[in-house]
Amino acid sequence: MVERTASSGGLRFQDPSTARMMSALLAKRVREIGRAPVSVMHVCGSHEQAIAKYGLRAVFPRELDVIMGPGCPVCVTDMPEVDEAVALAQQGKRILTYGDMLRVPGTAKSLADAKAEGASVDVVYSVAQAVRIAQESSEECVFFASGFETTAIATAAVIKAGTPANFSVLSAHKYIPPVMEIVAEMPEARVEGFLAAGHAATVTGWGIFERFVQRHQLPVVVAGFEPLDILAGLVRLVELIRGRRAEVANMYPRCVTREGNRNAQRLLWHVFKLVGGRWRGIAHVPNGNLRLRDEYAHVDARRRFRIDVERLWDLAAPSLAQSCICGEIMAGIASPDRCSLFGRQCVPDSPVGACMVSSEGTCRIWHEYGGRFDLGGS
Amino acid sequence: MGDQAIAGNGRILLKHGAGGRAMRDLIRQIFLSDADAPLSDMIGPGAMDDGAALRLGDQWLVITTDSYVIQPPFFPGGDIGRLAIAGTVNDLAMMGATEPLALTCAVVIEEGFARRDLERIQESMRAACRQAGVAVVTGDTKVMGRGELDGIIINTAGVAFTREVITDRGLKPGDRIVVTGTIGDHGLAVMACRHDLGLDTPLCSDVAPLNSMVRVVLEGADGAVSAMKDPTRGGLASALHEMAEKSGVGIELDQAAIPLRQETLAVSELLGIDPLLAANEGKAVLGVRAEAAAEVVAALRGHPLGMQAAVIGTCVAERPGVIVLDTGFGRRILNEPEGEPLPRIC
Repeated sequence: MVERTASSGGLRFQDPSTARMMSALLAKRVREIGRAPVSVMHVCGSHEQAIAKYGLRAVFPRELDVIMGPGCPVCVTDMPEVDEAVALAQQGKRILTYGDMLRVPGTAKSLADAKAEGASVDVVYSVAQAVRIAQESSEECVFFASGFETTAIATAAVIKAGTPANFSVLSAHKYIPPVMEIVAEMPEARVEGFLAAGHAATVTGWGIFERFVQRHQLPVVVAGFEPLDILAGLVRLVELIRGRRAEVANMYPRCVTREGNRNAQRLLWHVFKLVGGRWRGIAHVPNGNLRLRDEYAHVDARRRFRIDVERLWDLAAPSLAQSCICGEIMAGIASPDRCSLFGRQCVPDSPVGACMVSSEGTCRIWHEYGGRFDLGGS
Repeated sequence: MGDQAIAGNGRILLKHGAGGRAMRDLIRQIFLSDADAPLSDMIGPGAMDDGAALRLGDQWLVITTDSYVIQPPFFPGGDIGRLAIAGTVNDLAMMGATEPLALTCAVVIEEGFARRDLERIQESMRAACRQAGVAVVTGDTKVMGRGELDGIIINTAGVAFTREVITDRGLKPGDRIVVTGTIGDHGLAVMACRHDLGLDTPLCSDVAPLNSMVRVVLEGADGAVSAMKDPTRGGLASALHEMAEKSGVGIELDQAAIPLRQETLAVSELLGIDPLLAANEGKAVLGVRAEAAAEVVAALRGHPLGMQAAVIGTCVAERPGVIVLDTGFGRRILNEPEGEPLPRIC
C-alpha cells in the first residue's frame, strides 16, 4: 500500500524547525512502544551519510537503534574483486574507477598502493567519462565498476550503446534486495524493520519489497535523503512496528512508484545477470552480484584477460584484518566502537577494514562525524 | 599511527601533501629534528604556522615560502600566477605582517609549455602584486623535459616586518570564531572544472591577496585578534583543527552562520564534497575576543573582500581539539579531511 502523509509533499525538506517537530514526534512514537531498544536498519550509505552530515543521531531518541546495514557498495566489495583490479593494473592495463575504490584494501594491496608503485589508475566520475578516456587512448582501459542497481544502470546504458574496442568492464556491481533477506534471517540480527533506499526504489519500484515483507513479516519504509525524508521515514517505520503491521510504506512518493522505472529495469537485465558471490564481511549472497551477460562477453574484463591474482596472494601478510569486525558491523550486530582497531590501528589514513575506506562506510562515518558521542547541547 | 601511515608501504602518497594530519606527521618525522633547537626569539618550523618569525630589535621579520601546483593552471576566477602571489602574501598576513617587503619567484616549466600561457601567468602575477602592494625582486627559471613535470610549478617566498606576531595558537575559551567571507569557493570551483565534469556553473575561485583587509582589522582593534589562519588545503575544517589543537580549546560552530554561496553548495552536493573541507584562497579564519567580535566583523564588512564576514562559532574549554558542528537538525563532530577529498560514487 502507498502511504502518503501531509508531511511528505510540498515542504522544504531541509527546514530545521519542521525537523525539530519530527524529532519530537519520533521520540514520542518510540516511547509509545514501551520497550528499548527498538532496532531498525537502513541499507544505504547515502542514508547514513545524510544522518551523519546533519547530526541526526544526536536527536534520535535513546530507545531507538538505527543500524546501518550492508548499504555501502564499496565496503562490500570483496578482497578478491579488488585483487582482480590490482592484478590487471599490474599487468599494464589502465584502470578507471570511482574515487572511493582507490583505497579499498585487497588481499595484499589497494589500487592506491598499485598507483603509487607506478600502475596506471585514474579516478573517474562516471562510466561515460571512462569511455571518453578510452576513446582518446591507445591503452587497454578497464572500468572497475562498483555500486548497486542505481549505478549499474549507468554502466548498462553505456555498454548497450557500444564501447570502444580497448574498453572493458570489471564488474563489482551488487544487487541489494537479496542481502536484505540474508540480514533478516541472521539469528543474531534483531532488526524490526527496514528503511529502504529511495534512489534504488526509483529504479526497482517499491513493489519489489512486497514479497520480502510477506516472507519475513517485517515492515519496510522507502525514504528519501533529506533530513526530513529520513525523520518522516523513521516515524512511519516506528508506527508500523508499534502496530505490528508488516507493510511497505512509500515515504518518497515524489520520486518512487510501485512499478519503478521499467525502462531502466529492462536495460539493467539486458546487460547484467545475477550470480551469487561473497560480500565482504557478510556472507555468500545468492544472486547478490551483477555480472555481464554472455552477449557482452567481449566487454567483460574477466573473460577478456587472464587475470593473475594468485601472485598477489603470496605477498599477503597475515594482517590486522583478522580482528576487524566489519562483517558484524555491516550486519548490524556491532557498532564501530566495539572494534578494538577502530580509531587506533584502523583510521581513514590507513584503513584495515573496508568500512573505514568509503565515505559511505559505517566506521569512516563514525570516525568523521563522531558516532554517538555525547556532544552536549540541547 | 603516523609512523605506520608513512612506513606502511615506504612510499610518499598524495595524502602526505594534502594539508591534513598525514602531511603534518610527515613534516614532523622527516623535516623536523631535535637538532632544530627552538631559538628563544623565534617562531620556527616546530610551530608549523603559516611562516616563521625572527626577532629583530623591537620588530619581527616574518618569512614564508610555498610551491604552487594546480590542475588546471587556469581556472574560473584565477590562475596559478595569481595563486602564487596571493598565497604567499596571505601566509605573511596570517602572521600579522600585512606589508610585504618583497617576494621571490622561482618557476619550473615543462618543455613544450605554451609561451602565451606563460605570459598570461606573468601578467596575472603582476596584477596580484599591484593589488597586494608588493613586487617580485628576484627569481629563477628552469625548464625540464616533457613529461618530467605536469606543466608548471611556481615557488614564491616573501618577507615582511611586523610589531606583533599573530599565531595559530592564541585561542582562549570564550573567543569568537570569525570567517571573512563565503567558504569552499576555490576548492569546489577547481574541482568543478577539473576532470571534464561538464558542469555549467558560475562558481569562481576566491583567490585574492588579503593583506589590505587584515591590516584594516589589526589596526582597528588592538589586541582583539587572538589567532589567525587562512583555510587553504583541507579547508575550514583543517584550519580550525590546527588552531583548536595548538590552542588547547574546543570549538562549537553554528552551521547556519557559515557564509556559503548557493553555487558552491550546489557543486558540493553534486560532487559529495563538504564545502567545509574544500580549499579557500581568499579567506581568513580569525579568533577574536568576544567583546571585540562585532567591531571586527564591522571592520571586515567595510572592506571589499570581507563583505560577507560573520561570526560562526565560539571557543570552549571542553573537548580540546574537537570541533562540534550544530547543523540546525542535530549536532556532529567536524573532523579533518584525510587525504584529498574524493567524490562519492552515489
